[in-house]
Amino acid sequence: MQITVDMTLCESHGQCVFAAPEIFSFDDDDRLVHEASPPDALRDKAEKSAAVCPVRAITVSPASPPTAS
Amino acid sequence: MRAADHRELVVVGASLAGLRAARCLREQGFTGALTIVGDEPHPPYDRPPLSKRVLSAPGRPVRPELPVPNGLRARWLLGRAAVRLDPAARAVTLADGTRLTYDGLVVATGSTARGRPPGEPPLPPGVVTLRGWDDALALRAALTEGHPLVVVGAGFLGGEIAAAARERGLDVTLVEAASQPLEGALGATAGAYVAALHREAGIVLRTGTTVEGFLTGADGRLAGVHLGDGTTVAAGTAVLAWGGVPSTGWLAGSGLAVDGGVHCDPWLRVLRTDGSAVPDVVAAGDVVRVPQPLAGGARMALGHWTNAVEQGAAAAAALLAGQDPDGTPAPFRAVPSFWSDLHGARIRSVGLPGAADETRVVEHDLTGRRLEIAYHREGRLVGALTVGRTGRLASYRRALEEHLASGTV
Ligand SMILES: Cc1cc2nc3c(=O)[nH]c(=O)nc-3n(C[C@H](O)[C@H](O)[C@H](O)COP(=O)(O)OP(=O)(O)OC[C@H]3O[C@@H](n4cnc5c(N)ncnc54)[C@H](O)[C@@H]3O)c2cc1C
Ligand code: SF4
Repeated sequence: MQITVDMTLCESHGQCVFAAPEIFSFDDDDRLVHEASPPDALRDKAEKSAAVCPVRAITVSPASPPTAS
Repeated sequence: MRAADHRELVVVGASLAGLRAARCLREQGFTGALTIVGDEPHPPYDRPPLSKRVLSAPGRPVRPELPVPNGLRARWLLGRAAVRLDPAARAVTLADGTRLTYDGLVVATGSTARGRPPGEPPLPPGVVTLRGWDDALALRAALTEGHPLVVVGAGFLGGEIAAAARERGLDVTLVEAASQPLEGALGATAGAYVAALHREAGIVLRTGTTVEGFLTGADGRLAGVHLGDGTTVAAGTAVLAWGGVPSTGWLAGSGLAVDGGVHCDPWLRVLRTDGSAVPDVVAAGDVVRVPQPLAGGARMALGHWTNAVEQGAAAAAALLAGQDPDGTPAPFRAVPSFWSDLHGARIRSVGLPGAADETRVVEHDLTGRRLEIAYHREGRLVGALTVGRTGRLASYRRALEEHLASGTV
């Protein structure tokens, strides 16, 4: 599973951190950091995070193709 | 294959809570007919940006649409108000006379801005409120004229409107009856912090005073606001931001308990005035008044974005579980959370700071835009608030979740 967060949208609401602390956390400057490819066992939590983000910054996608950089 | 589902579910209120409930009904496997009724002409949109970037950002404002999932398959009746509920006949009547019968109903009509107090003279042109998209466009247009602005009520909504207007360079006076902004909701320390943010931004904050009346010019339009301390502040626009009123007018005569919001049990099932639950009717969002364990069980309406989303999901689950003989719905026990953005300070809270009898200030730094306060009631944690420290909220929230789950609050 692949998680992307659009940091131009994220307003540090923290709803994703509440819903899935295994995946999301904040650094000391209140910037969101996240696990890019968490284990599939966390899928429900990841989707819950995407659903509660007030600015819809989170995308959860199934595959993990690390293509062009 | 499962037999076709002939049930008809109706959602009244086509906004955050109603749309979330509809989406969750489908996600939880409901395949029957779904009708969504809304009195605004617009498809669902998000309200928080209306007091923030919609007012402050340059350029043409864009309505912040809420995405409607592809598989929703709903019949939308927009621009049409529900005017009556008959729970015995299981029917909702719309303003145009349409009668919708239902097997299940979600009440999600939210709230409206409190306007003129009853019995007072009509408000002159130039005095406005902010709740919906059309209000936001009208207020934005008024702000672009650049005349001085008076905002009545220094709660989150009033504070954000004042901040947005100040960002546009307007002269802004913010009038608050209490001795600090947000004193009742967040206590004196956080209130003083917010007051300092406003004053630093150049807003004239007048606390401990109320609005006595409005001064009009020769054209009949607003020219100034009379305050309780005998002074008059010049104003081209005044915004009343002194609270909301739950939209329950259409439920009059239905036998439902609706004072201060639609009364619900902990499963979000709607209650009659005698305290019994109405079968197959649930409610979600700003319109709901439900016992809050963190406030010692007092019935409260919350008016927060996250609450509307979480209740929308829970109400949908309760509605379907109520129709399933094996259904065992869980009571709604989410930890409330709220945010507000003021002058670049990210105010975030969890729990119910307003229910506290004691505040413990952990960090207080105005210039660094950092604040951390823990709120207690009878010695137990009931809430927390941070500015620039959202990361610290997670552990407070976990503690509150545990209290709620164990039923110790
Ligand atoms: C300007 C503004 C800024 C906000 N900022 C924040 C914020 O920063 N953080 C935060 O947590 N919360 C914020 N909120 C609160 C948040 O937007 C609300 O909690 C949320 O909108 C509640 O959703 P709801 O669906 O319950 O009610 P609403 O969004 O009010 O929707 C109810 C809908 O039902 C319709 N309706 C009413 N009566 C009828 C009827 N009889 N028939 C048919 N339709 C009807 C209404 O027109 C409306 O479209 C803000 C609200 C406003 C207005
Ligand atoms: S919920 Fe959304 S806005 Fe909030 S921190 Fe997570 S990604 Fe950012």
